Amino acid sequence: MSKRVVITGLGVVAPNGVGVSEFTDALKNGTSGISFHQELKDLNFSCQIGGIPKVTDDLKSEYFTDLQLRGFNSSGILYGCIAGVDAWKDAGLQIDSNGDVDYETGLIFGTGTSGVEKFREAIYKLDDGNVRRLGSTVVIQTMASGVSAYLSGMLGLGNQVTTNSSACTTGTESLLMGYDRIKSGKAKRMLVGSCSDHGPYIWGGFDAMRVMTYKHNDSPEEGSRPMSASASGFVPGSGAGALVLESLDSALERGAHIYAEVLGGEVNSGGQRQGGTLTAPNPEAVQRCIKNALKHSGITAKDIDVINGHLTATSKDALEIENWTKALGRQHKDFPYINATKSLIGHCLASAGSIECVASIIQLKEQFVAPNINCEDLHEDIANLIDSSKVPTQIIEHDIDVIAKASFGFGDVNACVLFKRFIA
Amino acid sequence: MNNDELITKLKTIIAPYIQDEEAFKNLSEDTDFVKDLKINSANLVDIILDIEDEFDIRLENDDMEKMLDVKSAMAIVTSKLNK
Repeated sequence: MSKRVVITGLGVVAPNGVGVSEFTDALKNGTSGISFHQELKDLNFSCQIGGIPKVTDDLKSEYFTDLQLRGFNSSGILYGCIAGVDAWKDAGLQIDSNGDVDYETGLIFGTGTSGVEKFREAIYKLDDGNVRRLGSTVVIQTMASGVSAYLSGMLGLGNQVTTNSSACTTGTESLLMGYDRIKSGKAKRMLVGSCSDHGPYIWGGFDAMRVMTYKHNDSPEEGSRPMSASASGFVPGSGAGALVLESLDSALERGAHIYAEVLGGEVNSGGQRQGGTLTAPNPEAVQRCIKNALKHSGITAKDIDVINGHLTATSKDALEIENWTKALGRQHKDFPYINATKSLIGHCLASAGSIECVASIIQLKEQFVAPNINCEDLHEDIANLIDSSKVPTQIIEHDIDVIAKASFGFGDVNACVLFKRFIA
Repeated sequence: MNNDELITKLKTIIAPYIQDEEAFKNLSEDTDFVKDLKINSANLVDIILDIEDEFDIRLENDDMEKMLDVKSAMAIVTSKLNK
């Protein structure tokens, strides 16, 4: 028999808040985490703003030993471990470095690429003929599964430990992979999440593609404008989100605090056909992904109260809204509230899905819809599809039972998950 | 440099990597890096690099293979310094 899956722990390292309580306040208050970065200007970036979480050296030392921090230069692993350990503790689970291996718990922690700055350091030494002087940690900091290796060691996890990677879908996909593993009875608990490095070496390729905004270098907090008529590209972000998924039986047995239930979801690909390309989505596949997510969750389109969209602030936002209206058969005043967390934190790339899943769960748990900032001028194509009241620019206290979260990524990949309020 | 000075310098270099405080406190020429100090064997390369930087010498792969305890480290460093 398949297991019901619930969420019992959250952790987040976001540009506008490190830790669940700071992040919750930022969501409620519409606090932007976007700022100007001189380094980007010095390197001649068109887009000189971005979202970087504020992690002090003192905070680092709470999670890493001095030895682990020697030669450490992988911001994604840093964010991932903080979020992962926080989620673990938030779920009321213990950390005992001399304890037994926990074979019932696994880890799926995604990323796009790992330790780009460490990789850069290594390449300079290597091209200088100095491969012998790289030191011992280049491999573990730059391998994609580096974050999973660090985290599983901190927690002593013994079920499946791996890293997934599907561009900006990564975080939502990792959650669904962990969900499947618990549902099928192969694990009792899965720590899922994703992380992304910050800085020029991870963001440069996007700047070169001219998909990031260059119009807000003097007004960083106004730069990320999903669904707005004046949206001019995304603002890059970074960070990590983490969630402890657990079978309902296990959560009830140990009296854990339950944030929400994962009803189900879907991942698919548009095959880069019918309008889909390496960088653009096939609309039919997006709609199919949403419809199948509903089917697998055993609910109907009318049950959705709030959508946390992908919505990056590029020209594709209107297409996304169109896909939602078609997939759900709901438009204008009948459309659910919609929510673009990226207006506050930018596009956190591989970590976006996880940070936004955490944002979705917080809104569900605390029964509010976070404000969409920088969207006073709703795009005309969107206003023609859905009523402007469904894109709140101020916080709304609202009865939320079901929230849908979707993420879409390069390679024409899609993921959609449905969360339901859990009332014991 | 006499032996005491050399041990003191080595101790400072090794300190960040040790996992057994007690063995480190009682460090002598016979102390083994992995068996006694419980240093992760992957970190031995980092210790080699730190030694190179501290003494401005270059250690080859076969020096590294021999450098398993304090005594051998002292011998190798001394022979390089005397070259």
